[in-house]
This record gives sequence, structure tokens and C-alpha cells, in this order.
Amino acid sequence: MKLSKEQVKHIALLSRLSLTEDKVEMFQEQLSDILTFVEKLSELDTKGIDPKFQIIPQENVLRKDISGMSFPYEKTFMNAPETNGKHFIVPKVVKK
Amino acid sequence: MELITKSLKELSSLMSKKEIRPSEITEELLSRIENTKDKLNAYITVEKEKSIEAAKLKDKELEKLSETEIPDLFGIPLSIKDNILVEGQKMTCASKMLKDFVAPYDATVIKKLREKGAIFVGKNNLDEFAMGSSTETSFFGVTKNPWDLERVPGGSSGGSAAAVAARSAIASLGSDTGGSIRQPCSLCGVVGMKPTYGRISRYGLTAFASSLDQIGPITKNIEDNAFLLNVISGLDSKDATSAKLPIPNYLEALNNDIRGLKAGLPKEYFVEGIDSEVKEEVMEAVKTLESLGVEIEEISLPHTSYAVETYYIIAPAEASSNLGRFDGVRYTYRAKEYQDLIDMYCKTRAEGFGNEVKRRIMIGTYTLSAGYYDAYYLKAQKVRTLIYQDFQKAFEKIDFIVTPVAPTTAFKIGEKTDDPIKMYLSDIFTIALNLAGLPGLSMPCGFDSKGLPVGIQLIGKAFDEETLYAVGYKLEKELNINNFPKF
Repeated sequence: MKLSKEQVKHIALLSRLSLTEDKVEMFQEQLSDILTFVEKLSELDTKGIDPKFQIIPQENVLRKDISGMSFPYEKTFMNAPETNGKHFIVPKVVKK
Repeated sequence: MELITKSLKELSSLMSKKEIRPSEITEELLSRIENTKDKLNAYITVEKEKSIEAAKLKDKELEKLSETEIPDLFGIPLSIKDNILVEGQKMTCASKMLKDFVAPYDATVIKKLREKGAIFVGKNNLDEFAMGSSTETSFFGVTKNPWDLERVPGGSSGGSAAAVAARSAIASLGSDTGGSIRQPCSLCGVVGMKPTYGRISRYGLTAFASSLDQIGPITKNIEDNAFLLNVISGLDSKDATSAKLPIPNYLEALNNDIRGLKAGLPKEYFVEGIDSEVKEEVMEAVKTLESLGVEIEEISLPHTSYAVETYYIIAPAEASSNLGRFDGVRYTYRAKEYQDLIDMYCKTRAEGFGNEVKRRIMIGTYTLSAGYYDAYYLKAQKVRTLIYQDFQKAFEKIDFIVTPVAPTTAFKIGEKTDDPIKMYLSDIFTIALNLAGLPGLSMPCGFDSKGLPVGIQLIGKAFDEETLYAVGYKLEKELNINNFPKF
């Protein structure tokens, strides 16, 4: 599986990573190698095999719906790069 | 260098008789950390003042407690892999992205250790976001192997394993997604357990691949390991994947009779790629097991050779989703200059993540993207079923499985950094059981001709850590390996 430079750039955008041109080249080669490596799985016939998304047989873990204290403001925002103490501040999203 | 060479269990027992004080052991350990840190780089953060303060408070508390009231880990200093939250301490995941992040709460495992009286002296180095097999992808530089400072300690829990080996940690917690506890323990000559998926709450562990991640103890010996697993196991309402099962007494399990147990040697684990000296040492240990009354038989796990490929689809896919949260809004790091929101995301992540993390995010993004999901992710989850069934079938007639932990002993720093796939193959013997959710114990079983430690892996049935400890305990006694490097 050989990726084109355009594909690498598209994957980078979907991944929200900006890449310099030399990084595009490096990842083009490495990602192609990895995708070629994992292609080995196509040798196996998996018709009729169910996927194993979860290993431990446990489902619908429920708890009682009781209200309680949630995480306090000061802890929620203590690691925010930009905050007013009650909100995360982000670059302007909507145009006027 | 008196107390820190003792085991966790010995220290706990001395403390329970009030023969040592918390500040005594904490100060001795801190000076050992100080004296070894430039050589090893096993710690990202050392909490010197806070730990001494906590230890002195515990000194006073100890005076008031009667011997029976002293909790198991009272006043014992522990170190923790730096992807687990310890409230008020930095948690960097060895990434530039989180270099200033401070934990707002305790992980469940930390809460449990704290309730037993433990002191948290520092955070151990790792591969960035636990992605790697050598600790070389850390933003804070590689950890050195105390057996040979030119070699890697393995990874991703390399800082924890190197620190325990060098006696600059009494014991540590690591995390294991594809071998990240067991492989560094093998390369550093210490004991590590990857418990069954669900045995331990993952709340407060930075998620890498959520269906594979599990926290586990890294210790000097088997007894300490069982001792810690007792404390950190159990159901947690904050982790819906934690198992609703009683916690066995692992310390009592050490004395379980192992005579007549059946062990399987999977033929697929002793073929290509394995170093001949590693194979020899492991086979010697297998003979020792036989002399202890364990019956050995050859078994087959036919899908073994697909495990690494399966893992490198599933783990990056889950990682690409989990690491989406690092967006420059909530977790400390944000790029200085950008044009708009999307640009802020892209630049923050480009600056904050290292190459290995970027590789895995991109592979995961690709394999989950429209049109490729069935061919990669769904296919891999189906192969995972086949790998799981291999183990289920094997366990119909045997009690546990014996394999090497890693195909080689510790390799040189820089040897595999340019070739991701070569690096991925160093987890060839550890990955399958993460995919199957099974427990695996890594323990030293000998040395190669360079004097580097070789590890043996015992794989158990789901939630049967007891058998692994029972077998490991007897094997450890019989092999009687000195795992304290002179460095």
C-alpha cells in the first residue's frame, strides 16, 4: 500500500496535524511501510468470524441515577491555556 | 544503601513493627534518586520537598498508631509511571503537549495506594503517551538501562523498570498496552505483571488504546508484585470495564501447590527472530519448572504471527480517537501563533506531539476513515477473535503458557529508532495476550553472555493471576537470580 503525498496531507488534516514538506515525505514512506506491513491480515479468511471489540463478557454497566457533586470549576479549568474561570476561551469560530 | 535494597514487603513488615520510620526510608530513597538521576534519567518529576513533608507527618502519625492499625503501605515511598494521575503532581506523559499539566485528581489506583499509606516520590519516564518499546520517544530524553548505560531499558514503562532495577524505586506502577510493562521488566531484570483486562480500574490512566490498556505493578520480586496487585485491583464505578469479581488474596496464592500443573510451550514463540541465548535461558527455566513438578507440553497458537499486525491496526485506531482531546483548549499546551480555530488545532498538535505519536494518530485516522474501516479495523477485530480463540483452545488442556518476553535482551540506544516496524517487532511475544485480554507475568530467568538480563513470560487464563504468582514464586526461589545491577 503506497500512499501519495496528497493522501498523506489529507490524513494529516483529518488528524489535525500541520506538516512541513519534509515531514510529508518522511511520513509518506513510513506510513506506507506500516500499511504494507499490516496487509498480511488479508491472507486470513475471516468469513463468518465475529469481531472482538471487547474481551471481557460484561455489558450494560448501570448505576443509580442520583445527583451528586460534579468536578469543581477550579479543577476543571486549572490546566486550560486560556480561561475566564468558568469557560474555555477559544479563537473566534463564527463570523459576524 | 540499606533500606532501599530491601523489598517492599520487608519494608512494610519493618514498618509494622515500628523498626523504621517513613522519613528514614523516604530520605534514603530520595538521595538514591538524586545520585542516580543523571546517569539513568528514570524520573521526569521528583517530588522531594512534598515527599519529605508527607513522610514527617507520617512519622508523627506512626507514633500514635498501634502495631495492628498500621496500614500495609504506611510510609512507603513509591514511584509512578508518568501517564497516571497523582493529584497535585505534574503528569506529562513524556510529551511536550503535557509538559506543564498538573493532575487535578488521583487515579483510582493512586487513591487505593494512598489509603494504605503510600507516599508518592516521583513520576517515571516513558515513551511519549506510552507509544514505544524503548523509552526513546520521551520528550524528556531516553532512560538508560542500569545493566548497560548504552542500552535502552525497554518501553514504554522504561523509567519504572530501570528505577526499580537500580533501586532508585522501591516499586512502581506501569501500564501495558502491548508489552509496556513486561518488555522493560525483561530488559531490566525485574518483575512486572500485566493483569487481566478489567482486573484494575483504568480511571486516571491516560488512555492510549482503551480496549488493551491495563495498569500493573513493577517490582523487585514476585512477592512485592502480588502484594501491590492486592491493593490496586477491583471494581470501580468510574471504569465501566472494571470487572465485578472478588479479589483473590494474591499473597496467599504464592504458596499454592504447583505440582501437577500443566504448562504449554507454544511452538510459534520459539522460531524466527528469537536470539539463541534468550531461547537457551528460557528453556533452562522451563527445565527448572519441570523439576518443580510442572508438566510441560508443546502447544500451538496458530495465529501468533498475525498478532503484531492486528495490534498495529487496533492500537493506533483507538489512539487516534483518544488523543483527539489534545486540541489546545483544555490541556495546557496551545500554539502561540495561528490564523483560526482549525489552524490552532493543527499547529498545537504538530508542535506538541512527537513523530511516533503522529505516526500512530495518522495510521489510526486512515484505517478508521470512510472506505477503509472494513478492510483494516473490522478485519483486525476479526483476527483478534481468532487470536483469542487460539488461547481459549489451548487453555482447555493446560493451566498456563510459558514464552520468552522479548526476542532479544536490551538493544543499543538508537539501534531501532529509524525503523518503526523493527521497533514494533520487539513486542512480538507480548502483544497477543493484550489482544486476548489475558494476564502475563514477566520475570528474570537468567543472563546472556553480555551480562544482560533475560526474561520469561507466564501467560494465564483470564483472571487467574494466582497461578502465575504461585509458579513465579517457586521459580524465582529456585533460580535465585541476583537482579541488582552494579552500575
